Amino acid sequence: MNQTYAMAAVAAVVAATVLIGSLGLRISRTTSDFYVASRSVKPALNAAAISGEYLSAASFLGIAGLVLLQGPAMLWYPVGYTAGYLVLLVLVAAPLRRSGAYTLSDFAEARLESPYVRRLASLFVVGIGWLYLLPQLQGAGLTLEVLTGAPDWFGGLLVALVVTGAVAAGGMRSITFVQAFQYWLKLTALLLPALFLVTAWVADDAPRARFDAPAVFREHTSVRVDDTVRLALDAPLTVTVSGTVDSTTYDGRRTTLGEGLHRVEAGTTLGFPSGARVPERSPDPDDPLGWSGSLSGEPDGQRLYATYGLILATFLGTMGLPHVAVRFYTSPHGRAARRTTLVVLGLVGAFYLLPPVYGALGRIYAPELALTGDADAAVLVLPDRLVGGLAGELLGALLAGGAFAAFLSTASGLTMSVAGVLGQDVLPSRGVRHFRLATPLAMAVPLGLSVVATNVPVADAVGLAFAVSASSFCPLLVLGIWWRRLTPPGAVAGLLAGGGAALTAVMATRAGLAPDGWPHTLMAWPAVWSVPLGFLTMVGVSLATPRHVPPGTPATLARLHLPEGLIGRPHPEGAER
Amino acid sequence: MTGTLLAALAATGTLLLAAGFVLGRLAARREGRDGLDLGTPVERATFHTLHTASLAAPPLRAGLTEDTARKAARRLRPLLGTEALALTDRTAVLAWDGTGGHHAEQVGEYVAQVLASGRGQSVRAGCADPGCPLRWAVIAPLTGEEGVVGALVAYGSHESAVLVRAATEVARWVSVQLELAELDLSRTRLIEAEIRALRAQISPHFVYNSLAAIASFVRTDPERARELLLEFADFTRYSFRRHGDFAQLADELRAIEQYLALAGARFGDRLQVTLQVAPEVLPVTLPFLCLQPLVENAVKHGLEDSRRTCRITIAARDAGAEAVVTIEDDGVGMDPDVLRAVLAGERPQSSGIGLPNVDERLRQVYGDDYGLVVETGIDAGMKVTVRVPKYRAGVHRDPP
Repeated sequence: MNQTYAMAAVAAVVAATVLIGSLGLRISRTTSDFYVASRSVKPALNAAAISGEYLSAASFLGIAGLVLLQGPAMLWYPVGYTAGYLVLLVLVAAPLRRSGAYTLSDFAEARLESPYVRRLASLFVVGIGWLYLLPQLQGAGLTLEVLTGAPDWFGGLLVALVVTGAVAAGGMRSITFVQAFQYWLKLTALLLPALFLVTAWVADDAPRARFDAPAVFREHTSVRVDDTVRLALDAPLTVTVSGTVDSTTYDGRRTTLGEGLHRVEAGTTLGFPSGARVPERSPDPDDPLGWSGSLSGEPDGQRLYATYGLILATFLGTMGLPHVAVRFYTSPHGRAARRTTLVVLGLVGAFYLLPPVYGALGRIYAPELALTGDADAAVLVLPDRLVGGLAGELLGALLAGGAFAAFLSTASGLTMSVAGVLGQDVLPSRGVRHFRLATPLAMAVPLGLSVVATNVPVADAVGLAFAVSASSFCPLLVLGIWWRRLTPPGAVAGLLAGGGAALTAVMATRAGLAPDGWPHTLMAWPAVWSVPLGFLTMVGVSLATPRHVPPGTPATLARLHLPEGLIGRPHPEGAER
Repeated sequence: MTGTLLAALAATGTLLLAAGFVLGRLAARREGRDGLDLGTPVERATFHTLHTASLAAPPLRAGLTEDTARKAARRLRPLLGTEALALTDRTAVLAWDGTGGHHAEQVGEYVAQVLASGRGQSVRAGCADPGCPLRWAVIAPLTGEEGVVGALVAYGSHESAVLVRAATEVARWVSVQLELAELDLSRTRLIEAEIRALRAQISPHFVYNSLAAIASFVRTDPERARELLLEFADFTRYSFRRHGDFAQLADELRAIEQYLALAGARFGDRLQVTLQVAPEVLPVTLPFLCLQPLVENAVKHGLEDSRRTCRITIAARDAGAEAVVTIEDDGVGMDPDVLRAVLAGERPQSSGIGLPNVDERLRQVYGDDYGLVVETGIDAGMKVTVRVPKYRAGVHRDPP
């Protein structure tokens, strides 16, 4: 792949983001013909901004990778990522806006009138933000590695530097425009190459992707294995090997590997003949992060459970994402917030039609990615495979630019939210300067983690953040908005039980502490048990502490649920023009 | 060879220095502890008394209620060294600290007598229980601005002049605290009244000048005159609204626009205004009419020198969890020292109550971190910066 085009595209995206962000499309007029008050952000623009901030590396690269690896069962990811907004629309959007809260911590304070709940909510905002930032940085590293061969920490560092610089230098001044621009950029970057790829696929007599059987190599393919892998073969396979397999060194000889497990050392190149089946990568007992295949080679019961875990986490987790919640503040009132969410549903839904196309095409044309563990790169390598030539390079560059837009937009939104909360609630004193100090801190922790922890598929890693969010903020928001007997002790207990348990389980899984089998499945997909746990604890403890119901509850709930115009705004007669 | 030797010497020297420093610090501390002068027993008793009194003061500063009386009584009883202590208001016992709660019923009678006479007294507390230690009661009135507000009742086991004296003094001290509490309350009321005053206040000059400017257009440009009259009507409706202490930035900017349209009608091309508003901050809630006085100020400063044109820039931008509004003019500016005096309330501002009042209200709502920031100098224009957090507990644009 020609690096020049891709690098130019990435550079252009970075430059455009920083430029629009810092200079901004300022509204600047004299008073004569200008009614500033009517210029509030329209739902369509705000919805594009929310979508732009929301569609992260997990959506742009990760879903295609998972579909390639594990087939149509993974379509629950895009469905869940979209349906989360449906829940948000029905239960949360308008009341959240009417509460006047900017961050989720603000909502906790406004509803429960307790600084302790606020503190705790802030800790969860930071935790979820970091969990979500981590895969963004890893995805950036992977993208640059595929595009230019740079070491895999470099891309993450680049994104971290750009975002920290832009955010610390004065916030993203016109962040709504930047994010809306990013949405349309991402959509274009995925749609345009998809059209070309599908055309090429039709011209190739539209071969079917087979998900029920192992994928096959369509032509003679050499695969270089960068990390040591263990392959499970269920039939003998004839390949040419240069390198070391099963501690025997070959130098380009043809050899037949028998049934069973084979260990392929790092740096080995395997040449597969046309029509050979792509061997399955088997989970490595030495590799603590080999859990990610949890949805594939496991018994049906666990698979079903994991699917439900995914569905619950994504459906209920969207409302607790810190960078999504703050965007609703931009809506002028509750109804606009609701309309915005509706448009977001449409925009996000339209976007998610595309990644599965890449996944299916990747299964046909780039099956070896499943072998090397770089399935997330499927989107990036396809144009080169299918279209080729200058057109392929240009399309690849477009996709690379889109992928970087995904990292930048989500990472900057998350960094701003996390830094804001760190500066306001976690670091000792308040002030503008603290926001500047908090920004590098907000970025440094996930950057450090991204170097330590590798090899988790991007979409799975994002799923973990969703699980924690669904177990902590979903109960807080839903009960806070719809239940008048919620008390601060109840909220604290629920956050700690639900969110804390989910966080612990997720961390333990990522650290490789979970034992195999059912315990592992339970801990990798905690939402099924941790969400009910959060809800039940919150309800139970609240009922046990009825004396602690905040005194302002009726007034707060009235404000959350009544349309703004109804409260305290009598219109003087005959005052309309 | 010499290099290594030097390095070793330097290292040893540094170590020795550090050790010496630590030793010196330790020695100094020990000496300080030994030589600490705790004072004579009398002095120590005085310190103790003062300390106890200072602990009782904070609850009393919040006024006389059941809650504060309970907290204060807990501190006051050790001060008097009595078996029981009660604090009452004019009708009922607010708090009882110590033994013998069954005496609480009697207290009402004593208080009625004290209220009638306004003077303290010492009475025998008749008690049916021979083991009850409460034999004598000393009742001292608590006075506020409007006469007796309650009483302090101290019980002793025998008649004692010391107890009478001590109870009277403590009651007097409590009275002072209560008066301070009343002072706090009236200060809060004053600020509230001031806010109300500012809200209702459009400068009379502004009304007169606007109407005069509109009148000048009635013949020459009736359409413009009509537009201006409607702006005037809208502006006054907004400014005179009676409900809510807070408004959205969008509404505030709209009012400013109307104000500037009217000012522009009077001054024509001499007034040039630029607005730069980030749409993200339009929904921010902030104190009602807190920007308009600043703009009025800018217009006044800008046009004071009658020859040149005035350029006013109003910008609102998004800064994470805050919105930042700046109002800048290129007018005559102001001596920073004079401005400081005006903001501190030491010197009345020639023109209305503008800057200091806005500053005070912002500090009251958001805390001292969020006061006005003014950059100015003589003939250097003026730039006023207002920072407003996007969310603050208790700040709602539509109070139910």
